[in-house]
Amino acid sequence: MSADVKVLVAPRDTTPNALTAALRKELLLQWRTRGQLMAVFVFGAAALLLFSFAIGPSAVALRTFSAGFLWLGLLLSSTLTLAESFHIETEHNALEGLLLLPADARALYYAKAIANWLQLTLLGAALVPIMVVLYDAGTSRLPLLLAVIALGAAGLSAPGTLYAAMTARLQAKQTLLPLLLFPLIVPALLAAVKATSLVILGDPMGELRSWLGLLAAFDLIYWSLCGLLYGRVIDS
Amino acid sequence: MEAPFVSTHRFPWVLLVAGVICLAAGSWLGLFVVPAEHYMGDVQRIMYVHVPTAWTWMVVVLFSLGSAISFLFMNDLKWDTRMEAGLEIGSLLAFLLCCQGAIWAKPTWGVWWDWDPRLTSTAVLLFAFLGILALRKFVDDPTRRAIWSAVATIIASIDLPIVYFSVKWWNSLHQQQSSPETVASTFHLPLRLNAIGILLVVIALLALRSRVAGYRLREQLAEPPSFITSEPTGELA
Repeated sequence: MSADVKVLVAPRDTTPNALTAALRKELLLQWRTRGQLMAVFVFGAAALLLFSFAIGPSAVALRTFSAGFLWLGLLLSSTLTLAESFHIETEHNALEGLLLLPADARALYYAKAIANWLQLTLLGAALVPIMVVLYDAGTSRLPLLLAVIALGAAGLSAPGTLYAAMTARLQAKQTLLPLLLFPLIVPALLAAVKATSLVILGDPMGELRSWLGLLAAFDLIYWSLCGLLYGRVIDS
Repeated sequence: MEAPFVSTHRFPWVLLVAGVICLAAGSWLGLFVVPAEHYMGDVQRIMYVHVPTAWTWMVVVLFSLGSAISFLFMNDLKWDTRMEAGLEIGSLLAFLLCCQGAIWAKPTWGVWWDWDPRLTSTAVLLFAFLGILALRKFVDDPTRRAIWSAVATIIASIDLPIVYFSVKWWNSLHQQQSSPETVASTFHLPLRLNAIGILLVVIALLALRSRVAGYRLREQLAEPPSFITSEPTGELA
């Protein structure tokens, strides 16, 4: 009898294996729902188009504010993808099934956050050509711009995934997620907009490095803090 | 989880009355007795409420953070009632702080609002707390509501210094913080009286508000009335 019990309470797997398995599941899910990402991209592109009407057809002003518009477009799109990111898990209480697996809840969180991060980075990179065409905001430092987008997207995805897990089962998730997320990501948004702007418009004072540092520090704090607290959120 | 014990002590009411008396005395001194400041004139008199509100607000934010952490460690719903009180009163104080700041800024800086680190981080935390209060309205299960809002409160409070420093690097205009060393000694008494007054009022409100939250929790966690739980009798079945 006791031997059976031992098998049942196998220790929770905290090895990278659990993370890779969970990540594989997330990426597979995202690949199979790629139509949704396409729709969100069209939404972001439409937002970028609409932002230009707020300023008027002044080419200089549009170019000056292009970084801010890019990030607002990405932020608005991200609330759509993040709110849907726990959709599959809430159907038929699939999340409870996942939690019964001998894997650490943190592995589930980091897999979801990494998948969301990849999705947002892809979305941001896809919005860059739209920004360049609409706002004449081209830059030759494309790898640097992509690095800024990747760092900023990481700042959105870590708290975004945590709050999506909380709000996924609630009625007003489309309202509550942005309400909780927007005040939090102010520092990430601010640093990302500033860094993107410096990449596009030039960096005469050499400030880019410190903004990237702030963004990286923010990412580090949020990726560790949210991973730490996720276990409590999901157990309840 | 068990419903928390709710105290019915009269102490908060005593604190409230003492606080209101201090606040009235300090405000009277600040408005009518102490001379106006040399450069800013009468506008400066808002300092007697603004600075104490800011101090107390910071205490309340720390109190909410402490309650959230205590709840996650001790799993006692009494900390949830305290956190709820802290979130609500913290939002109220942040709102007052933004309004007082705007009233002071218009004649002094010429604008209602400025993207200064303290103003911006207060507004950001106000919205973060309001978001958590909205979240609490949509979660019915008391334990889940307590855990989720504790997690969100911890994240929002840790975010506060990051917001502060990022906005500081981004843009700055606010005058240096006032402390008894930078303020002339004639202004000390009304400032200190008001600080004590607001602190006492806020402590009393925190105690009373968490009491209300405790009663609501007890009602929610109470056993449903017997006619709902009782088995149907043989005749009806």
